[in-house]
Amino acid sequence: MSIFVDENTKVVYQGLTGSQGRYYGMLNRDYGTQVVAGTNPKKAGTDVEGVPIFASVADAVEATGANVSCVFIPAAGVRSAVLEAAEGGVELIVVITEGVPMHDEAFFFNKLETDYPGVRLLGPNCPGLISPGKANIGITAGHIAKEGGPVGIVSRSGTLTYQALYELKQKDIGCTTCVGIGGDPVPGTSFIDCLAAFEEDPETEAVMMIGEIGGSAEEEAAEFIAANVSKPVVAYIAGLTAPPGKKMGHAGAIVSGGKGTAQAKMDALAAAGVRIGQSPSEAGDIMDEVVAAL
Amino acid sequence: MDLFEYQGKQFFASYGMPVSPGEAVTTVHDAVAAAERLGTPVMVKAQVHTGGRGKAGGVKFAADIDAVRTHASNILGLDIRGHIVENLWIEKASDIAEEYYVSFTLDRSAKKHLGMLSAEGGVEIETVAEETPDAIAKIWVDPVDGLTEDQCRQWVLAANLNPDVTDQTVELLLKLYEAYTSGDADLVEINPLIVTPEGKVHVLDAKVTLDGNAGFRHDLAPFDATQPRDEREAAAHAKGLQYVGLEGSVGVIANGAGLAMSTVDVVNQVGGKPANFLDIGGGANADVMAGALEVINNDPDVQSIFINIFGGITRGEEVANGIIEAMNRVNIASPIVIRLDGTNADEGRALLEPHLSDRLMMAPTMLEAAREAVALAEGAAS
Repeated sequence: MSIFVDENTKVVYQGLTGSQGRYYGMLNRDYGTQVVAGTNPKKAGTDVEGVPIFASVADAVEATGANVSCVFIPAAGVRSAVLEAAEGGVELIVVITEGVPMHDEAFFFNKLETDYPGVRLLGPNCPGLISPGKANIGITAGHIAKEGGPVGIVSRSGTLTYQALYELKQKDIGCTTCVGIGGDPVPGTSFIDCLAAFEEDPETEAVMMIGEIGGSAEEEAAEFIAANVSKPVVAYIAGLTAPPGKKMGHAGAIVSGGKGTAQAKMDALAAAGVRIGQSPSEAGDIMDEVVAAL
Repeated sequence: MDLFEYQGKQFFASYGMPVSPGEAVTTVHDAVAAAERLGTPVMVKAQVHTGGRGKAGGVKFAADIDAVRTHASNILGLDIRGHIVENLWIEKASDIAEEYYVSFTLDRSAKKHLGMLSAEGGVEIETVAEETPDAIAKIWVDPVDGLTEDQCRQWVLAANLNPDVTDQTVELLLKLYEAYTSGDADLVEINPLIVTPEGKVHVLDAKVTLDGNAGFRHDLAPFDATQPRDEREAAAHAKGLQYVGLEGSVGVIANGAGLAMSTVDVVNQVGGKPANFLDIGGGANADVMAGALEVINNDPDVQSIFINIFGGITRGEEVANGIIEAMNRVNIASPIVIRLDGTNADEGRALLEPHLSDRLMMAPTMLEAAREAVALAEGAAS
């Protein structure tokens, strides 16, 4: 099994007619993802390499049965794109776009929570998610992931996620689902959401967690793990030596007022029984041991 | 991006909040001229992107023009926590009866906006939070509903301010929330928010951080121009690179923010000191790589360069060709160690093979590459 998406998932791409949307949409289709529609109000009725374009997400859902939307709209249009997708009736909205203003994120996160409680948001500023062999939605290179299980991955960082997938594949370890939750201040899906889903998923037997400086999502995850997760968790946290007060690439990756340090996150996770790797590779080696002992 | 106090006050004034008249100047001569126009007494205030100005002698009361001249010449050029004062704000002095604190920011855990209001203003809020946490009235605002007048009034009452100024404070806080949301601020803070002896509520200081991502709906250029960046950061910013200057000697280039942070960490872990954080983004084409190498190359402290690339959708060959072409364009002063992994890494390494020398090396893992880069930097320094 997998979490959130599988071989039955049907995806509509908001922004499929743009260069990024087309490029990754077609890569996702080549991987085997059911890429069923795109949207563009000015190009309804046309197609992108055989994928029909609709005026709105609602039209696409009605005509194709799409249940997930993947957003490649420029930052200025993301707020209305997310609301359109929720209104259009999809269950999951994956926002790849980076550079979305904080106030827009805070607005649509709360709007969805109140008015569309059944709709899950992933991102913004995330690489998407992949259930290897079943569906790849977003910008992850599908071939670096091995199908099957027993490991589930959840991560705030794109490249470190790819590295984790790749290293596990080198060790012949499969992945049920790999979720990139993104590096922004208001992520739609949290570590806790993914940990809860992995705990429920019978094929996921261990979880790899990749965090970074800023905020307190890792500390909250540690509390959740201690109380609710029976499966082994291995973690790596980036930014141990990052200077305070500086945004390290991601909008959410900042140590401010002594809060959000990597050390505090590692300590909290270790106290919850999570095994910590000091580097991405060490986390991979620990996961190898964990999987061998399952 | 952080605003100077005077920019923050202009920002607040544009939302109808009461601030004092003043002028921003950069010379003693202009400070005196400004004070003559405003009329003494005035405050002479250093404009720097850091706290603790008062303690450092960067904020002075000037009763007359002579005092303005003395204070302005003392404060210009002053070093406040590593920030050299180049700008002054000359402001009409205010009489103070009471000092409050107020701010709005995002509570990342609650995913709501958090307002903090306290009758104990004029001191560091962190101290108040630690010593007398009950003195801070907090309010969580749902971004969809916004701050209603009723909610705001309850919040003001909970803070135990002077009851005579409740209406004025409610009105001002509603405007502050409007500035925070419509102005796309990450943080708005007024400390102190004062009550004058005449009973007027007034903004006496302003700390504002605007969201650089909202540039498509606000003109951020004037604020961008006054950001404190060292020469390296300014050059990287001009090329659109995600760069943070550090103090060490190992130049770092990586693709992806997480990997770049991780690279900085691993250089530290093996006993080296990174010169910078530099994320060139998901791809790694020749243009971006050349730009990154130029920035690193202009840093006189750099003794070796560690390029750490993980190929995802960008294949190893593309990365290798990018590096080779960039090296042809930029005359690099320091030896380079490359770690290339991920998609088609073998093909990429094969392309790099003929170019290897004691100026360009490859290492199979991140850890080994870091060790080699650190050894080169130390060898060059000794």
